[in-house]
Amino acid sequence: MKSLVSIIDYGMGNLYSIKCALDEVGINSIITRDSTTIKNSQAIIIPGVGSFSNAMKKMKFLKIDNVIMQHHFKKKIIFGICLGMQLLFEKSYEGKTTNGLGILKGNVLKFKTNKVYKKNFNVGWKKIEIENRNKNSLLSKKDNYMYFIHSFHVKPSDNKIITSKSTFNGQKFVSSIKNGHVYGFQFHPEKSSKIGLDVYKCLKKILNK
Amino acid sequence: MIRIIPKLDIKNENLVKGIHLEGLRALGDPEYFAENYYLNGADELIYHDVVASLYDRTSTLPLIEKTSKKTFVPLIVGGGIKNLKQIEKILKSGADRIFINTAAINNNKFVKNIITEFGASTLVVSVEIVKNKKDYYCRKDFGREETDIEFISWCKNLQDIGVVELLVTSIDKDGTGEGFDLDIAEKLQKFIEIDYILNGGFSKLDHFLNVLNICKPSGFAIGSALHYNVLNHKINSNKFDGNFEFLKTKKRFNNFSKLSIQDIKKFLNKKKSIEFRKI
Repeated sequence: MKSLVSIIDYGMGNLYSIKCALDEVGINSIITRDSTTIKNSQAIIIPGVGSFSNAMKKMKFLKIDNVIMQHHFKKKIIFGICLGMQLLFEKSYEGKTTNGLGILKGNVLKFKTNKVYKKNFNVGWKKIEIENRNKNSLLSKKDNYMYFIHSFHVKPSDNKIITSKSTFNGQKFVSSIKNGHVYGFQFHPEKSSKIGLDVYKCLKKILNK
Repeated sequence: MIRIIPKLDIKNENLVKGIHLEGLRALGDPEYFAENYYLNGADELIYHDVVASLYDRTSTLPLIEKTSKKTFVPLIVGGGIKNLKQIEKILKSGADRIFINTAAINNNKFVKNIITEFGASTLVVSVEIVKNKKDYYCRKDFGREETDIEFISWCKNLQDIGVVELLVTSIDKDGTGEGFDLDIAEKLQKFIEIDYILNGGFSKLDHFLNVLNICKPSGFAIGSALHYNVLNHKINSNKFDGNFEFLKTKKRFNNFSKLSIQDIKKFLNKKKSIEFRKI
């Protein structure tokens, strides 16, 4: 079937919502952990909510990390959401330091707190400000609100891959990236109303090319 | 930004609403309301299975699935949750977060287990309170069961365990349309550092303003005020089962001004410069 997208099921995250969003914009997708299905798909979506080390452990146990790396070496589209984006980086300091997939250079850090900003969970809608305007970023030109739920954020070594930033606790953080065939979103496009669904619509255009 | 969160109480697959969590009446198909709220700019939705804890079940899974196909904003689901397996099923069906009340009171450890297993941001703890003289005390089993747990000490306890957001319901104000209990707002402002969503009594624009003059909640949960407005626009009672007799009397409607999510957001933006996302 044309443009099949695999939503990778390694036991973390709201997979069904992503499937619903893809259905809504007309992308043919499957929730799977089967390596053959993943290998045969045109693009993969790495979802994820929860802890970084737990996610890496589950991925390794299911040997999904290898399947993702093979997909990456073929330069096929990788689309990471929230923790799924963080896993693409080299290292996370969540709990004990854990190595990620290392597809992108950079680390995953915890939000800083201080006397004014005591909370380190960013839950809710935040504006994204477009950086390095790139027509292939899958983001519309307008700055808009997206839904976030996380307490760690990525710090890429290369600023050029940043496609948007947002602000939490008075700190600017990277809210989306693009590096070639690799896309990452700290927010949840599938939970960000129509403006979020537009991200998947843009993905559909790229898949149909 | 402050989230505007329609709260849909569900009983036997119907949207219901009562007063002080009692006298529940069927209002219609929850999906219909949820989709309407999504299109009108709801920032999050709450589904509360109000009889689940009574009958020891979670029957809302098919409803969560159906709702996820039509609404693309976060969905918080609660009611009768007692174990991690149930949470896994609810999240798999398309919910993003869950809330618990009774199970948290009965077993503190369960709260910790949820945080460890699913992450702190997945959990909202619902705190449903009734005023007794000067103090407020928690209720469980959807308001049916009294406890001697003082509200603020309980919230502090939850904060210490690592809970990141509370859903605070004033049972005294629930369904009355009289506005949120401002003494509760004051106590939260004074003693609680984590996020809290406020629920109970909102029916007029000024009610939100009164709260914001005291504290800054992360969200407003709204039931009756929104539900009756949707009903005013379109009542399709042929489609629904349940007790719709009271709808025909239109009595209860008079307590509520016609509120829409966009009206609330525009008002808060004008009065308090609170940002909102356009639809």
